[in-house]
Amino acid sequence: MMRLRRRGQEVLLTFPSFLWLALFFLVPTALVFVLAFRPADPFGGIGRGWTLATLRALADPQYLAIAWRTLWVSLVATVICMLLALPTGYAVARASLRRRNLLLMLIIVPFWTSFLIRVFAWKSILHPEGMIKRILVWFGLVDANASLLYHTGAVILVTVYTFLPFAILPIYAAAEKFDFRLIEAARDLGARPFESFRRVFLPGIRQGLVTAVLVVFIPALGSYVIPDIVGGPGNELLGNKIAQRVFVDRNLPLAGGLSIVLILAVLTPLLAVLALQRQAARAVAGAGEEKP
Amino acid sequence: MKRSRFPFVMTGVVLVFFYLPILILVLYSFNSSRFGGAWQGFSLKWYARLFHEPAIWDAARNTLFIAILVTFFSLVLGTTSALALHRFSKSRLQRFHYTLIYTPLIVPDILMGISLLMAFVAAGVKLGMLTIILAHVTFCVSYVALVVLGRLQDFDFTIVEAARDLGASSWTAARRVLLPMLAPGLAAAGLIAFTLSVDDFVITFFVAGPGATTLPIRVYSMIKHGATPLINALSTLLLVLTFTTVFVSQRFSKTGALEGGQ
Repeated sequence: MMRLRRRGQEVLLTFPSFLWLALFFLVPTALVFVLAFRPADPFGGIGRGWTLATLRALADPQYLAIAWRTLWVSLVATVICMLLALPTGYAVARASLRRRNLLLMLIIVPFWTSFLIRVFAWKSILHPEGMIKRILVWFGLVDANASLLYHTGAVILVTVYTFLPFAILPIYAAAEKFDFRLIEAARDLGARPFESFRRVFLPGIRQGLVTAVLVVFIPALGSYVIPDIVGGPGNELLGNKIAQRVFVDRNLPLAGGLSIVLILAVLTPLLAVLALQRQAARAVAGAGEEKP
Repeated sequence: MKRSRFPFVMTGVVLVFFYLPILILVLYSFNSSRFGGAWQGFSLKWYARLFHEPAIWDAARNTLFIAILVTFFSLVLGTTSALALHRFSKSRLQRFHYTLIYTPLIVPDILMGISLLMAFVAAGVKLGMLTIILAHVTFCVSYVALVVLGRLQDFDFTIVEAARDLGASSWTAARRVLLPMLAPGLAAAGLIAFTLSVDDFVITFFVAGPGATTLPIRVYSMIKHGATPLINALSTLLLVLTFTTVFVSQRFSKTGALEGGQ
């Protein structure tokens, strides 16, 4: 009787959120895969019957080029984020408790402000009449006719700006738990500073590094607002193409097809990390069994 | 052993990188020039003009209305979900439930936007305020559930049992003991849901349809059509609002600021 009641309570508490997410998350995601094989109807809806038109349209080399650009822009942004987040996360973890809380606040607070507004701020800075351009031209570093905006570099810069705090936080969290005496030990045993950093510190915060890479790389793959506002027509990513199919030529099935490409691009690094972690766990378990 | 100064210098550089664009944005909201580039003297005229833009205020009203409903519904759904995840953590149903709560956090916004749009179109639901609210609740539930779950995990449930032993019904124990103790967690979760709803652009843009406009959608079309200093003024007001909220919530809970933001 008690167990039955407990079971009833569990179902009652689970039911609302479960049903909601099934209805508004699972079903819509599954629907993307199904509707990609429907024809588009001229009024921006979804037609009847089945077709492979979307698959054929995806074979267009322009989509391959855009998928490729999305991949390498996200990759470059992730690498830059990691290069900046590593020393920052390390410095925050090594600061005194009071300074640490202040630094964390300073890192997080700007990112409570609207995302659109931050992207817009960069648009006005990089603008041909904007501040950075004037300074660079004044120093003779940039030609007066060169454009900083509508450039792949601008997309990468703003992507780094947007996702950097999300890379710093997991690295800080891992570094905070790291026993820094290990570095001292390595130095005492003759390791050079960089060597002790690379061979002791980095492996020690591996979990934080993996999380940091994923929280930058995955949203970067799906970014749409950044290339739309600072990238211009020559620097479109998959997200822009999806939006164009929806808002410009109202072809929902093709937008669905492009979304499937994006889903696969997101799943690949995730599954790779899961597989590597499972392998590592098995290796540890295996090493444990070998002991007498 | 001498420590390298390099990480601390880098931290300084990163902080300048974070704040400089925001400072410039605020500075130029006081520029009397129509165009962003040259400084032509201090002026408050863009703030004054803001008050004569009914479209902005309509959008702000929609945004607020949506955010309040979304906060309420996602708090209810997220809290029941967290209670289930916590109390029955070992059951197979909850393992699946946890995956279902966790996955939306990983999915890029644009995928959630397009899949919801396709579902609404396929089901023949008219796009507008309703679809925006449904979409916002969907991405807020996960954040609320995880924040509340975090609070529940360092929560002493023997107190609830004590209340039951002393004769409280399970409803009374939930209302008079569990709820007040959970209140700070619920406040933090509610604040996150509210902020996410107010700030969301991508998903809203996909499911809004032509009729319903929220503040981010309004700001986006202003950016696209180039009403520059007006956006700076609006942004500055929003920044002041955000910083005040963060500051106030910091006073209430010392850890609140670390648990959210997009």
